[in-house]
Amino acid sequence: MKAAVIVFPGSNCDRDAAVALEAAIGKPPAMVWHGDAELPTSDLIVLPGGFSYGDYLRSGAMAAHSPVMREVIKRAKAGTPVLGICNGFQVLTEARLLPGVLMRNATLRFICKDVHLRVERADTRFTSGYANGDVVTFPIAHKDGSYFADDETLQRLEGDGRIAFRYCDPDGKLTAGANPNGSRDNIAGILNETGTVLGLMPHPERLADPALGGTDGAKMFKGLVESLAA
Amino acid sequence: MKARITITLKPGVLDPQGKAIEGALHALGFGSVGDVRQGKYIEVEVAETDPARARAEVERMCNELLANTIIENYAYELEVA
Repeated sequence: MKAAVIVFPGSNCDRDAAVALEAAIGKPPAMVWHGDAELPTSDLIVLPGGFSYGDYLRSGAMAAHSPVMREVIKRAKAGTPVLGICNGFQVLTEARLLPGVLMRNATLRFICKDVHLRVERADTRFTSGYANGDVVTFPIAHKDGSYFADDETLQRLEGDGRIAFRYCDPDGKLTAGANPNGSRDNIAGILNETGTVLGLMPHPERLADPALGGTDGAKMFKGLVESLAA
Repeated sequence: MKARITITLKPGVLDPQGKAIEGALHALGFGSVGDVRQGKYIEVEVAETDPARARAEVERMCNELLANTIIENYAYELEVA
Protein backbone atom coordinates (compact mmCIF):
# COMPACT_ATOMS: atom_id res chain seq x y z
CA MET A 1 0.00 0.00 0.00
CA LYS A 2 1.22 3.49 -0.90
CA ALA A 3 0.29 6.63 1.00
CA ALA A 4 1.13 10.25 0.26
CA VAL A 5 1.25 13.16 2.70
CA ILE A 6 0.85 16.61 1.16
CA VAL A 7 3.16 19.21 2.69
CA PHE A 8 2.10 22.86 2.51
CA PRO A 9 4.21 25.77 3.70
CA GLY A 10 3.12 25.97 7.35
CA SER A 11 2.10 22.31 7.73
CA ASN A 12 3.37 21.11 11.09
CA CYS A 13 1.81 17.67 11.56
CA ASP A 14 3.08 16.20 8.31
CA ARG A 15 5.85 14.24 9.99
CA ASP A 16 3.58 13.06 12.80
CA ALA A 17 1.21 11.75 10.14
CA ALA A 18 4.12 10.10 8.33
CA VAL A 19 5.26 8.33 11.53
CA ALA A 20 1.72 7.06 12.24
CA LEU A 21 1.31 5.90 8.63
CA GLU A 22 4.68 4.16 8.60
CA ALA A 23 3.79 2.33 11.82
CA ALA A 24 0.58 1.07 10.20
CA ILE A 25 1.87 0.37 6.68
CA GLY A 26 5.40 -0.75 7.39
CA LYS A 27 7.00 1.76 5.04
CA PRO A 28 7.11 5.54 4.92
CA PRO A 29 4.60 7.52 2.86
CA ALA A 30 5.65 9.80 0.00
CA MET A 31 5.96 13.41 1.14
CA VAL A 32 4.63 15.65 -1.63
CA TRP A 33 5.35 19.39 -1.71
CA HIS A 34 2.37 21.67 -2.36
CA GLY A 35 4.01 23.23 -5.41
CA ASP A 36 4.31 19.90 -7.19
CA ALA A 37 1.81 19.40 -9.95
CA GLU A 38 2.55 15.68 -9.92
CA LEU A 39 1.40 13.28 -7.29
CA PRO A 40 2.67 9.69 -7.17
CA THR A 41 0.08 6.95 -7.54
CA SER A 42 -1.34 6.54 -4.04
CA ASP A 43 -3.91 4.38 -2.28
CA LEU A 44 -4.37 7.08 0.37
CA ILE A 45 -3.73 10.83 0.42
CA VAL A 46 -3.35 12.64 3.74
CA LEU A 47 -3.70 16.39 4.18
CA PRO A 48 -1.96 17.10 7.50
CA GLY A 49 -2.55 19.59 10.28
CA GLY A 50 -0.77 22.89 10.63
CA PHE A 51 -1.19 26.46 9.51
CA SER A 52 -0.85 26.30 5.74
CA TYR A 53 -0.02 29.71 4.26
CA GLY A 54 -0.19 31.18 7.76
CA ASP A 55 -3.99 30.78 7.78
CA TYR A 56 -4.10 33.94 5.63
CA LEU A 57 -7.53 35.01 4.33
CA ARG A 58 -9.27 31.94 5.84
CA SER A 59 -7.78 28.74 7.25
CA GLY A 60 -7.17 26.37 4.35
CA ALA A 61 -8.27 28.83 1.65
CA MET A 62 -4.86 29.33 0.03
CA ALA A 63 -3.85 25.68 0.30
CA ALA A 64 -7.09 24.61 -1.40
CA HIS A 65 -5.87 26.40 -4.53
CA SER A 66 -2.24 25.26 -4.49
CA PRO A 67 -0.98 23.35 -7.56
CA VAL A 68 -0.98 19.88 -6.01
CA MET A 69 -4.59 20.28 -4.86
CA ARG A 70 -5.85 20.23 -8.42
CA GLU A 71 -4.52 16.69 -8.64
CA VAL A 72 -5.76 15.78 -5.15
CA ILE A 73 -9.27 16.95 -6.07
CA LYS A 74 -9.14 14.94 -9.28
CA ARG A 75 -8.02 11.79 -7.42
CA ALA A 76 -10.60 12.30 -4.66
CA LYS A 77 -13.37 12.58 -7.25
CA ALA A 78 -12.08 9.40 -8.89
CA GLY A 79 -12.37 7.57 -5.54
CA THR A 80 -8.90 7.68 -3.98
CA PRO A 81 -9.37 7.90 -0.18
CA VAL A 82 -8.38 11.28 1.25
CA LEU A 83 -7.95 11.97 4.98
CA GLY A 84 -7.80 15.58 6.14
CA ILE A 85 -6.75 16.22 9.72
CA CYS A 86 -7.30 19.62 11.37
CA ASN A 87 -5.91 22.09 8.81
CA GLY A 88 -6.37 19.29 6.27
CA PHE A 89 -10.11 19.27 7.12
CA GLN A 90 -10.19 23.05 6.61
CA VAL A 91 -8.48 22.59 3.23
CA LEU A 92 -11.03 19.92 2.23
CA THR A 93 -13.96 22.24 2.98
CA GLU A 94 -12.32 25.15 1.14
CA ALA A 95 -11.68 22.80 -1.81
CA ARG A 96 -15.40 21.87 -1.62
CA LEU A 97 -14.59 18.19 -1.25
CA LEU A 98 -16.54 18.35 2.01
CA PRO A 99 -19.51 20.60 2.79
CA GLY A 100 -19.58 23.35 5.40
CA VAL A 101 -16.90 25.55 6.94
CA LEU A 102 -14.62 25.51 10.00
CA MET A 103 -15.11 28.83 11.73
CA ARG A 104 -13.42 30.61 14.63
CA ASN A 105 -13.94 28.73 17.92
CA ALA A 106 -16.88 30.06 19.92
CA THR A 107 -14.47 30.93 22.74
CA LEU A 108 -12.17 32.79 20.30
CA ARG A 109 -9.31 30.86 21.93
CA PHE A 110 -6.81 28.41 20.54
CA ILE A 111 -7.64 25.14 22.28
CA CYS A 112 -5.04 22.42 22.79
CA LYS A 113 -6.25 19.47 24.86
CA ASP A 114 -7.42 15.89 24.70
CA VAL A 115 -11.12 15.44 23.95
CA HIS A 116 -13.52 12.51 23.88
CA LEU A 117 -15.08 11.55 20.58
CA ARG A 118 -17.91 9.18 19.84
CA VAL A 119 -17.50 7.02 16.77
CA GLU A 120 -20.72 7.45 14.79
CA ARG A 121 -19.79 5.33 11.80
CA ALA A 122 -17.49 2.34 12.23
CA ASP A 123 -18.39 0.90 8.82
CA THR A 124 -16.15 3.20 6.76
CA ARG A 125 -12.62 2.43 5.62
CA PHE A 126 -11.35 5.20 7.90
CA THR A 127 -13.06 3.94 11.03
CA SER A 128 -13.04 0.16 10.69
CA GLY A 129 -10.63 -0.05 13.64
CA TYR A 130 -13.43 1.08 15.94
CA ALA A 131 -16.94 -0.06 16.85
CA ASN A 132 -20.06 2.09 16.58
CA GLY A 133 -20.46 4.15 19.73
CA ASP A 134 -16.85 3.71 20.87
CA VAL A 135 -15.63 6.63 22.95
CA VAL A 136 -12.04 7.48 22.00
CA THR A 137 -9.54 10.11 23.07
CA PHE A 138 -7.89 12.30 20.43
CA PRO A 139 -6.12 15.62 20.99
CA ILE A 140 -7.39 18.84 19.43
CA ALA A 141 -5.21 21.87 18.69
CA HIS A 142 -7.00 24.59 16.76
CA LYS A 143 -8.52 28.05 16.77
CA ASP A 144 -10.78 27.60 13.74
CA GLY A 145 -12.59 24.36 14.47
CA SER A 146 -16.21 25.31 14.90
CA TYR A 147 -18.04 23.31 12.27
CA PHE A 148 -20.77 25.26 10.52
CA ALA A 149 -23.17 24.21 7.80
CA ASP A 150 -26.68 25.44 7.04
CA ASP A 151 -29.71 23.50 8.32
CA GLU A 152 -30.34 21.84 4.98
CA THR A 153 -26.75 20.57 4.73
CA LEU A 154 -26.80 19.33 8.32
CA GLN A 155 -30.01 17.42 7.69
CA ARG A 156 -28.45 15.84 4.62
CA LEU A 157 -25.31 14.87 6.58
CA GLU A 158 -27.44 13.36 9.35
CA GLY A 159 -29.81 11.60 6.98
CA ASP A 160 -27.02 10.11 4.91
CA GLY A 161 -25.02 9.06 7.96
CA ARG A 162 -22.04 11.17 7.01
CA ILE A 163 -21.08 12.32 10.49
CA ALA A 164 -18.13 10.13 11.49
CA PHE A 165 -17.17 11.60 14.88
CA ARG A 166 -18.81 13.84 17.46
CA TYR A 167 -17.45 15.50 20.58
CA CYS A 168 -18.85 13.79 23.66
CA ASP A 169 -18.34 13.41 27.40
CA PRO A 170 -16.43 10.40 28.81
CA ASP A 171 -19.68 8.39 28.79
CA GLY A 172 -20.38 9.13 25.14
CA LYS A 173 -23.11 11.70 25.81
CA LEU A 174 -23.31 14.59 23.37
CA THR A 175 -23.43 17.45 25.85
CA ALA A 176 -22.86 21.16 25.24
CA GLY A 177 -20.07 21.03 27.80
CA ALA A 178 -18.25 18.38 25.77
CA ASN A 179 -18.34 20.56 22.66
CA PRO A 180 -15.00 22.41 22.81
CA ASN A 181 -15.43 24.87 19.96
CA GLY A 182 -19.09 25.53 19.24
CA SER A 183 -19.42 23.07 16.35
CA ARG A 184 -23.01 22.50 15.24
CA ASP A 185 -24.42 19.22 16.56
CA ASN A 186 -21.03 18.47 18.24
CA ILE A 187 -19.60 17.54 14.84
CA ALA A 188 -15.89 16.67 14.89
CA GLY A 189 -15.55 14.81 11.59
CA ILE A 190 -17.56 14.23 8.41
CA LEU A 191 -17.47 12.09 5.29
CA ASN A 192 -18.18 12.91 1.66
CA GLU A 193 -21.11 11.31 -0.17
CA THR A 194 -19.20 8.20 -1.13
CA GLY A 195 -17.42 7.74 2.20
CA THR A 196 -14.01 8.09 0.54
CA VAL A 197 -13.08 11.48 2.00
CA LEU A 198 -12.90 12.07 5.77
CA GLY A 199 -12.15 15.38 7.43
CA LEU A 200 -11.80 15.74 11.18
CA MET A 201 -10.47 18.42 13.51
CA PRO A 202 -8.99 16.11 16.22
CA HIS A 203 -5.56 14.60 15.65
CA PRO A 204 -5.42 10.76 15.52
CA GLU A 205 -1.71 10.92 14.64
CA ARG A 206 -0.91 12.63 17.94
CA LEU A 207 -2.10 9.67 20.02
CA ALA A 208 -0.82 6.86 17.86
CA ASP A 209 2.01 5.54 20.02
CA PRO A 210 2.12 4.52 23.71
CA ALA A 211 5.02 6.95 24.17
CA LEU A 212 2.64 9.79 23.27
CA GLY A 213 0.22 8.80 26.05
CA GLY A 214 -2.31 6.79 24.08
CA THR A 215 -2.99 4.70 21.01
CA ASP A 216 -6.62 5.47 20.15
CA GLY A 217 -5.43 7.26 17.01
CA ALA A 218 -3.32 4.35 15.83
CA LYS A 219 -6.51 2.30 15.35
CA MET A 220 -7.61 4.69 12.62
CA PHE A 221 -4.42 4.15 10.61
CA LYS A 222 -4.35 0.42 11.28
CA GLY A 223 -8.02 0.01 10.33
CA LEU A 224 -7.51 2.15 7.24
CA VAL A 225 -4.56 0.10 6.04
CA GLU A 226 -6.41 -3.19 6.68
CA SER A 227 -9.57 -2.08 4.90
CA LEU A 228 -7.60 -0.74 1.93
CA ALA A 229 -5.65 -3.98 1.68
CA ALA A 230 -8.82 -6.06 1.82
CA MET B 1 -8.65 50.35 -11.89
CA LYS B 2 -8.98 49.48 -8.25
CA ALA B 3 -11.62 47.23 -6.75
CA ARG B 4 -12.63 47.90 -3.15
CA ILE B 5 -14.11 44.64 -1.90
CA THR B 6 -16.06 44.21 1.32
CA ILE B 7 -16.70 40.72 2.68
CA THR B 8 -19.31 40.22 5.38
CA LEU B 9 -20.74 37.23 7.20
CA LYS B 10 -24.18 36.19 6.02
CA PRO B 11 -27.06 36.96 8.37
CA GLY B 12 -27.57 34.13 10.85
CA VAL B 13 -23.93 32.98 10.79
CA LEU B 14 -22.51 33.24 14.31
CA ASP B 15 -19.80 35.87 14.65
CA PRO B 16 -17.97 35.41 17.97
CA GLN B 17 -15.44 38.12 17.04
CA GLY B 18 -18.23 40.63 16.43
CA LYS B 19 -19.75 39.61 19.78
CA ALA B 20 -16.41 40.18 21.54
CA ILE B 21 -16.09 43.64 19.94
CA GLU B 22 -19.66 44.41 20.99
CA GLY B 23 -18.84 43.45 24.58
CA ALA B 24 -15.67 45.56 24.56
CA LEU B 25 -17.56 48.60 23.23
CA HIS B 26 -20.16 48.18 25.97
CA ALA B 27 -17.37 47.91 28.55
CA LEU B 28 -15.97 51.21 27.25
CA GLY B 29 -19.31 52.84 27.96
CA PHE B 30 -20.74 52.98 24.45
CA GLY B 31 -24.24 52.24 25.60
CA SER B 32 -25.77 52.91 22.19
CA VAL B 33 -23.98 49.93 20.62
CA GLY B 34 -26.25 47.15 19.37
CA ASP B 35 -25.28 44.18 17.22
CA VAL B 36 -21.67 44.22 15.89
CA ARG B 37 -20.55 42.14 12.90
CA GLN B 38 -16.94 41.87 11.73
CA GLY B 39 -15.92 41.52 8.10
CA LYS B 40 -12.97 42.02 5.75
CA TYR B 41 -11.95 44.78 3.36
CA ILE B 42 -9.65 44.01 0.41
CA GLU B 43 -8.28 46.34 -2.29
CA VAL B 44 -7.25 44.80 -5.58
CA GLU B 45 -5.58 46.62 -8.47
CA VAL B 46 -6.95 45.26 -11.74
CA ALA B 47 -5.09 45.92 -14.99
CA GLU B 48 -8.29 46.32 -16.97
CA THR B 49 -9.84 49.40 -18.57
CA ASP B 50 -13.25 47.99 -19.42
CA PRO B 51 -15.53 48.19 -16.33
CA ALA B 52 -17.70 45.27 -17.44
CA ARG B 53 -14.68 43.01 -17.84
CA ALA B 54 -13.23 44.26 -14.54
CA ARG B 55 -16.51 43.44 -12.80
CA ALA B 56 -16.54 39.95 -14.22
CA GLU B 57 -12.93 39.44 -13.09
CA VAL B 58 -13.58 40.72 -9.57
CA GLU B 59 -16.66 38.55 -9.19
CA ARG B 60 -14.70 35.50 -10.20
CA MET B 61 -11.97 36.38 -7.69
CA CYS B 62 -14.58 36.73 -4.95
CA ASN B 63 -16.34 33.48 -5.78
CA GLU B 64 -13.18 31.42 -6.24
CA LEU B 65 -11.01 32.70 -3.40
CA LEU B 66 -11.71 35.97 -1.61
CA ALA B 67 -15.06 35.03 -0.09
CA ASN B 68 -16.35 31.69 1.12
CA THR B 69 -19.87 32.01 -0.21
CA ILE B 70 -21.16 29.33 2.16
CA ILE B 71 -20.90 31.82 5.01
CA GLU B 72 -19.92 35.14 3.43
CA ASN B 73 -21.40 37.76 1.13
CA TYR B 74 -19.29 40.17 -0.88
CA ALA B 75 -19.81 43.60 -2.38
CA TYR B 76 -17.40 45.80 -4.32
CA GLU B 77 -16.90 49.17 -5.93
CA LEU B 78 -14.64 49.94 -8.87
CA GLU B 79 -12.54 53.05 -8.73
CA VAL B 80 -11.38 54.24 -12.14
CA ALA B 81 -7.92 55.75 -11.78
